[in-house]
Amino acid sequence: MKQARPLTITGGRLVTPDSVMDGAIRVVEGRIAALGKVTAQDGDEVIDAKGQLIAPGLVDFGVFAIDKPAFHFGGITRAALMPDQSPPLDLPSRVSYIAKSGKPDLWVHPLAAATCELRGSELAEIGLMKDAGARGVATGRKWIADTGVMLRLLQYAAMLDLVVVTHAEDAALVGDASATAGEMATRLGLPSAPAEAEALAVARDIALAEMSGARVHIRQITTRAALDLVRAAKGRGVAVTAGVTPAHFMLSDLATAEFRTFARLSPPLRSEADRQAVIEAIADGTIDVVASGHDPRGPEDKRLPFADAAPGMAGAETLLAMTLGLVRDGVIDLARAFALLAGNPARLLGINAGVLAEGYEADLCIVNPDKPWVVDSAKMAAVAGNTPFDKQPTQGRATTVIKGGVIL
Amino acid sequence: MTATFNQPDPGRFPAGRRAFPHRDLLGISQLERHEILYLLAEAQQWVEFNHQSKKRSKALRGLTVINAFFENSTRTLLSFEIAGKRLGADVVNMHAAQSSVKKGETLIDTAITLNAMRADAIVIRHGSSGAVELIASKVDCPVLNAGDGQHEHPTQALLDALALRSALAERGQASEDFTGLKVTICGDILHSRVARSNILCLTALGATVRLCAPPALMPQGVEAMGAVPYHDFDAALEGTDVAMMLRLQTERMSGQFIPSAREYHRLYGLTQGRLERCAPDALVMHPGPMNRGVEIDSDVADMLDRSIITRQVEMGVAVRMAALDVLTRKTRGVAGWNDGEWQ
Repeated sequence: MKQARPLTITGGRLVTPDSVMDGAIRVVEGRIAALGKVTAQDGDEVIDAKGQLIAPGLVDFGVFAIDKPAFHFGGITRAALMPDQSPPLDLPSRVSYIAKSGKPDLWVHPLAAATCELRGSELAEIGLMKDAGARGVATGRKWIADTGVMLRLLQYAAMLDLVVVTHAEDAALVGDASATAGEMATRLGLPSAPAEAEALAVARDIALAEMSGARVHIRQITTRAALDLVRAAKGRGVAVTAGVTPAHFMLSDLATAEFRTFARLSPPLRSEADRQAVIEAIADGTIDVVASGHDPRGPEDKRLPFADAAPGMAGAETLLAMTLGLVRDGVIDLARAFALLAGNPARLLGINAGVLAEGYEADLCIVNPDKPWVVDSAKMAAVAGNTPFDKQPTQGRATTVIKGGVIL
Repeated sequence: MTATFNQPDPGRFPAGRRAFPHRDLLGISQLERHEILYLLAEAQQWVEFNHQSKKRSKALRGLTVINAFFENSTRTLLSFEIAGKRLGADVVNMHAAQSSVKKGETLIDTAITLNAMRADAIVIRHGSSGAVELIASKVDCPVLNAGDGQHEHPTQALLDALALRSALAERGQASEDFTGLKVTICGDILHSRVARSNILCLTALGATVRLCAPPALMPQGVEAMGAVPYHDFDAALEGTDVAMMLRLQTERMSGQFIPSAREYHRLYGLTQGRLERCAPDALVMHPGPMNRGVEIDSDVADMLDRSIITRQVEMGVAVRMAALDVLTRKTRGVAGWNDGEWQ
C-alpha cells in the first residue's frame, strides 16, 4: 500500500516537540513534506481536522503481541516487540521475519533476546540480530539474575550501540510472588514480595550501566525507591532511561481486590504512595516513556485463581486516553505527552519517527483529546479484553490513523 | 427442634433484613458481626443435637452435597462429611488426586461439571487463594469455603469462636461476644488461612488479637486488620487469655524460613513455663494437626482444664452443620428464606 496522491490535513493543532500550534501538514509519497502554515495544492486529498490534534503516530515501546486492530484503535503506528514470543526472538531469522511482519500498515521493531531462549545464561547472537533488524536488546519478562552475564551483555550492547531493555525485579526476592507485600496481599492471602525488589534490581543495573557505558532502558519502574535511584543516576550522566505503563500511574494494589486477574501484572500493582511517586516522576522527567505493555490474554490464561493466572494486560487501546488524562490533570503538557508516547521511544530505538518533522515517514494520528468513551472489556479491538480499566469512563481517542501517508 | 432455628431472634438483627443474606460462605471478611453471631447461635443448637445418641436429622434429606477437595485433607473433609450426613444429605467426596484436574482440566471446567451434576451445596478446598470465589461465581448452588490457599478458612474461625465461647461459659464467663478478651495467635501467620479468618472473626467479636511469629513468617499490614504483631513470644503471651498455636509445616522448619524445629521450639514453643506468663487459667487452642514438641508441648496440649483442642474438633461438626443448614434453606423453601435476592 503506497500513498496514491498528496494528502493535506488542515485546520488542526500540530503537536511538535516544543509546542502545540494551529496549522496544517502536507504529506507526499509517504513522507512529511511540509508543516505549519501550509495550504493544500491542486490534486491533494484534503482532510479537515476541525481543531483536533495532529500528532505523531504512537511508538509503543515494549509489546508482547502484534495486534493490529488494537494498535490502530490506539493510534499506534510502530511497536517494539518484546522477544518473549513462542519461539523467542533469539535467532537472526526470527528477528528478520518479525521486522517485516507488520508492514505496510504497522511497523514492528523487534527487540532481540539478550540470552538464548531468554534463560539469562548464554548471550544470544545480538550482532547478527542487529543486522537482521533488531532495534534493541531485551532481557524479556525476567531480570537477568547472573550479574556476570548482565555485565557482559551490557558491554557487548554498548559496543553495538543497542539499547538494552531490562525488567527490574530481583528474582530471588520475588520468587513466585504475584503481589506486592502489604495490607492487600495479606488480606487476600497472595504470595507477595517486598516492593524493594525493584530498587535492588535497578541499583545493580545502574551500577553495571555506569561500568559498561551501555544505554539501559528499564521498561517499567513502579516504586519511589527505584525512581529515586534513576533520578540520581541521570543526574550523574548515566545513560539510563525509564518507562512505565498506564496501569502503574492509574491503579494501586487496591485494584486486585476480589482476586481480579485483569489486575495481575508484572511487576505487580504497588501501593498508593508508589503510584503517586510514578506520577511525580512522569512530571519531573525521570520517566521517559509511557508504553502499553500490550499483552492480550484470553480466559485460559486469566480465568484462573489469581496467583495461577498469567500476568499482563491488553493496553494498546487505552494507552493514549490514559496518558491524555495526565494532561487533563495538569501533570504534563500535550507536547510532553507525545514525547513520552512517541518521540522518546523512537529516539531510544534509533528510528526517524515519533515527531512531526519534514522528511520523516508520515506516521500520524488525528486525536480528539476530549472525546468521551467507556472502556469495555467485552468490546475490545484487541484479541483479548484483559484490561484492568474495564467500565472506566475516559477521554481522548485517535479518530484517524495514518501510516506512511496512507489513511488506515 | 429444627422448627425453632429457622427464624432468627428479631431483637438481634437489623430490622427488615434477613439474618443471613448470603448464598455462599466464602470468608469471614464477607460477614457482619450479627451474621457471625447468628451462625454461632445456630451451631450451638447442633452441638446439643450432637450429644444425643441418635444424631440424624432429616433437614437436608434428598439434597446432594459435594465435598470437592483439591488439596489433601483428612480432618476437615471428615468433619464436613459427618456434618452433611447428620443432616440427612447425600454426601459425595471428590479428591483432586483422583480427578481430571490432574489431567489438565481447568478449574472452571471442573466447576461447570460439578454444577451440571446439580449439587445442592458444594464444599471446596483449594490450594490457591481466591479459587473458591472463582468457582462460586460459576455455579448455581451455595458454595462453602473449606480453605483456599493462604486466604480464608471461615468454618475454622467459626468453630474456634464457638469452642472459645462454650469454654468460657463453662467457667461462668458466658458472654455473647469476646469484648475485652486478649487472644494471642502464634505460628506461621504468613502462610495461614486459619490466622486470617481468626483475626477477622475475633476482632469482629470484640477481642484484642496479638500475632506472634518470626519476621519471615509475619505478613505485612496486619495492623490494618486490627491485630498487633509481635516477634517476642514471651511478650506476646503476657497477660493473654487465649494462646492459639498454629501448625508449622515441616518443610518450613529446615532453613528456608526458620533454622530448625528445635530452635523454633526454643523461641516459639508453648511450654508449661511459658503458659505461666498468660493470664491465670488461660485457654490453649490449636487447629490441628499438632506437631507435639515443636509449636506445643504434649503436657500443655493435654491439660484437661486449659486445652480446648478436642472441643474445637467437636464444634467443627456443629458449625459445618449450621452452615450447610442455613445456606440450603432457600433451596429447601424454608419459610422466611425462600424469597428475595442473594446479597
